[in-house]
Amino acid sequence: MKDYELFSRETKAFIYGAQTAAVQRMLDFDYMCRKDEPSVVAMITPERGGFEKLFWGTKEVRIPRITSIAQASAQFPKADVMVNFASQRSAYEVTVEALNTDTIRTIAVIAEGIPERMERKLGALGKKLGKWIIGPATVGGVKAGAFKIGNAAGTMENIRMAKLYRPGSVGFVSVSGGLSNEAYNIIARNTDGLNEGIAIGGDAFPGSSLFDHLLRYEANPAIKLLVCLGELGGTAEYEIADAVKDGRIKKPLVIWVTGTCAKVLPGQVQFGHAGAKADSESETADAKNRALREVGAIVPNSFDDYHLRIKETYEKLVGEGVIVPAEDFEPPSIPIDYKQAVAEGLVRKPTNFISTICDESGEVHNYCGVPIDEVIEKKYGIGGVIGLLWFKKDIPVYARQFMEMVLQIIADHGPAVSGAHNTIVAARAGKDLISSLVSGLLTIGPRFGGAVNGAAEHFRYGLRNNLDPREFVATMKGKNVRVQGIGHKLHTVENPDKRVEILKDFAKTHFAKTELLDYALSVEAVTTQKKNNLILNVDGCIGVLLVDLLHELNFSDTEIDEMIKEGLFNALFVLGRSIGLMGHYFDQKRLAQPLYRHPLDDILYDVPERPEKVG
Amino acid sequence: MAKKGIREYDAKRLINNALPEYSGGRFHTDDRLVLVTPKTDLDQLLQENPWLNETKLVVKPDQLFGKRGKNNLLLVNATLPEVRAWIEERMNKEVAIVQTTGETTGVLTHFLIEPFVPHEEEYYLAFTSNADADIIHFSLRGGVDIEEVWDSVVTIEVPILTDPASVDVTSHLPEMHEKETVAAFISALYQVYCEYYFAYLEFNPIAFHGGTLVPLDTVAKLDDTAAFQCAGKWGKIEFPKAFGSISTPEEAYIAALDEKTGASLKLTLLNPEGRVWNLVAGGGASVIYADTVVDLGYGEDLANYGEYSGNPTTEQTYEYTKTILDLMTRQPDPQGRPKFLLIGGGIANFTDVAKTFTGIIKALEDYKEKLHENNVKIYVRRGGPNYKEGLENMRRLGERIGIPLQVFGPETHMTRIVSLALEEGK
Repeated sequence: MKDYELFSRETKAFIYGAQTAAVQRMLDFDYMCRKDEPSVVAMITPERGGFEKLFWGTKEVRIPRITSIAQASAQFPKADVMVNFASQRSAYEVTVEALNTDTIRTIAVIAEGIPERMERKLGALGKKLGKWIIGPATVGGVKAGAFKIGNAAGTMENIRMAKLYRPGSVGFVSVSGGLSNEAYNIIARNTDGLNEGIAIGGDAFPGSSLFDHLLRYEANPAIKLLVCLGELGGTAEYEIADAVKDGRIKKPLVIWVTGTCAKVLPGQVQFGHAGAKADSESETADAKNRALREVGAIVPNSFDDYHLRIKETYEKLVGEGVIVPAEDFEPPSIPIDYKQAVAEGLVRKPTNFISTICDESGEVHNYCGVPIDEVIEKKYGIGGVIGLLWFKKDIPVYARQFMEMVLQIIADHGPAVSGAHNTIVAARAGKDLISSLVSGLLTIGPRFGGAVNGAAEHFRYGLRNNLDPREFVATMKGKNVRVQGIGHKLHTVENPDKRVEILKDFAKTHFAKTELLDYALSVEAVTTQKKNNLILNVDGCIGVLLVDLLHELNFSDTEIDEMIKEGLFNALFVLGRSIGLMGHYFDQKRLAQPLYRHPLDDILYDVPERPEKVG
Repeated sequence: MAKKGIREYDAKRLINNALPEYSGGRFHTDDRLVLVTPKTDLDQLLQENPWLNETKLVVKPDQLFGKRGKNNLLLVNATLPEVRAWIEERMNKEVAIVQTTGETTGVLTHFLIEPFVPHEEEYYLAFTSNADADIIHFSLRGGVDIEEVWDSVVTIEVPILTDPASVDVTSHLPEMHEKETVAAFISALYQVYCEYYFAYLEFNPIAFHGGTLVPLDTVAKLDDTAAFQCAGKWGKIEFPKAFGSISTPEEAYIAALDEKTGASLKLTLLNPEGRVWNLVAGGGASVIYADTVVDLGYGEDLANYGEYSGNPTTEQTYEYTKTILDLMTRQPDPQGRPKFLLIGGGIANFTDVAKTFTGIIKALEDYKEKLHENNVKIYVRRGGPNYKEGLENMRRLGERIGIPLQVFGPETHMTRIVSLALEEGK
């Protein structure tokens, strides 16, 4: 490549940073330019290696991710461009490293807000090492039909409209990247198109200047017309004026320095760019435009006739035979991205998942439509959250309280029950929290923790079949089924279970109706006649009251059946008891208990001498 | 934006913290200095700084303007009661000060009190930077307008890649008393200039007293983009606004919106009676629209400068537009002429044009009646993603609210709407 060329169709580049979207845009540009292969050979991403899957037209290709500049350079010695997307905090160090990497010749630095002292060092170091820096604080630039830096030139539609997929005769350079699309548009509409466009970035000390790039364009025989957009502040445009004057720039140059409005603005208005501030009369836009006009550059009267001057000059060059207008072709189309197609309403597809209880896709995560912050502010509590996520209902305060009472009551029942026992054994076997917890939870079912469920089912059966209590007890006995939720080891009619009393009182005070509880109590009246400890126990009480509560919450009998079938009562038990199980786990770990081995004398060994021989 | 002025108090505080480290403990500046603001409790200040009662003092405003002596805003060799009375007389008072750039009026709110240092020699010392080098300026003739004695200033140019600690200052200094000490002090201070990311540092004068240089009047700018690199060095630092820059409530409101978001929203009110109002997307384009109004000879009609960019939300563009419409429609042109709203912009890179127009359209609808009353004509020009839909929405809005509204896309030159409006406004 010639000295004046930074990019060609063969240019290979590294992208520093995980800028997948920018890389995809570069690949799309390459594809549109009908190139044979992508310009990006690798992304340099210190956080991880591997690869990124991107599109080349409709096909997918792998772009490697490499974790250091040195490695990338060793692997792809032909890549001489690096687009540096590192953040303001690390852009300087990354650029210095790239400058000191022999295989890299041109570095575009995207980050804004790099301290000026660092920028000045980068500029000096770049010059010392004979390398090119574009930026900092720039979108980059584009070599039409050849190479595009990162996000320069905007969307594919823009690129197509501005005909950037094939080279024209105009070399353009500006300070602002924000206006480069506008400029490419102006050039496309008034000439045979852009050959190369660079935005040097708006900081006070860019790594390469307007002048540096104009000199490259001057030397490039493919470029016939120079177009430049300067800015108030600094003195870079005087260098250009000097070069026009002494003939280092001979090609026609259409140039406009923006910021002429500064004279009507109050004192120290700082425009968007750090560099855009005139510290003296000579740095004003008017002074610079005047100086350029005086040496023979083509300077419009205002931006409003910038395009007319470009058109005129271009047509003159065509007339003189200097420019033979570039031929156009129909570029291959780039398939639209699925995401964009969705946004534009062009495609649809059936979903595979559905959620009707919560939504985290909006700005605030919500539980059944109630924003999470409101859940906390309005004190929904665990009971309220269960209402939202299990029942999809905003349940009344007493219902929330009832749920929480149940959870508290069933949170633990000592270390001897099967759930806690299993958790303890697992914890002592050195297993982690989840394994130990699950080991305990797996015992929950028809026998352990199942009484709540069973009681609800049994009493519902009696009530729904209009069995009077005696009939009910007799029927169950006839079926040889023990009525679930009846009976306690210690508590009796005379010595009632305090927990049951509290639950009953609460329900009587707050529930509108307690139909199933009343039925269960009438059954209790029958059973306690037989034996005074055949009382409605805590599991039974919870079971029947939950059914009553579900009625209060406007659930139909069918819905309640469904919920019981799908394990609602077990769910409450799992939730509550998990608290206790985790307590046992932590307890065992704190106490550093060793592996548990069951004592042999607690096992009946009744093994036959020999097994029965069959077959 | 990069170079920002800081208070003399902060500049001296930073130098005070840093100088011992960069001079190997050889130099210390006086750490006795206090800043008095409208909120300062002077009695408490005295309790915390008993030296105020023990020495003669200097007091001056500390609000980013110079030539305080010439403006009669400097009291030297005074006692504490004198200083108190002096401050009380001036606090919260409006004054007009004359600087090289002209006269500025503003309110005095910050005062710096330091010990008075009796001295004989007054030098000039400054550090500045250009693209290739830092420049150290020194003159034996300080305490005067340095431009008038510029011939006496020696300069040391330090190329940017030089190690700041290796600069030979001595050989560049003129023959003078305690030359080696002065050189060593300057060398240490230069390192502070670099390491603390100063963008400008000037002492006029700096005195020689007690075996060391003593900064008297200090002007400093920091590179505020180095806030991350200098978090520890700077501590809590304030970047005050230029003296006398008073913003209107509307400008302050937009500035507050701007600070709250990652998007950029800017507004400077130039002439509330002006007839040309800009509502332009993008920093670069906004300058060009304002330029074109001025270049076509209508600078006096230009009502505002401003821009919105960086993908503001619908809510933000709505608020921004409402603020401009409110200012624009407070009273019709006294001569009954139309007013022009230029909703301009270049070709956006990735911003969805239709989306950003949503907030603008909503605000225009809210102001329908007022726009009529003020005989407002609207011109729209924009390009970029989804621009066709955006322009179509605008066109329909014009029909809906019955306001003359013309829309243009990328096929029309960006500033054409300026000349269209101005031609009509003739």
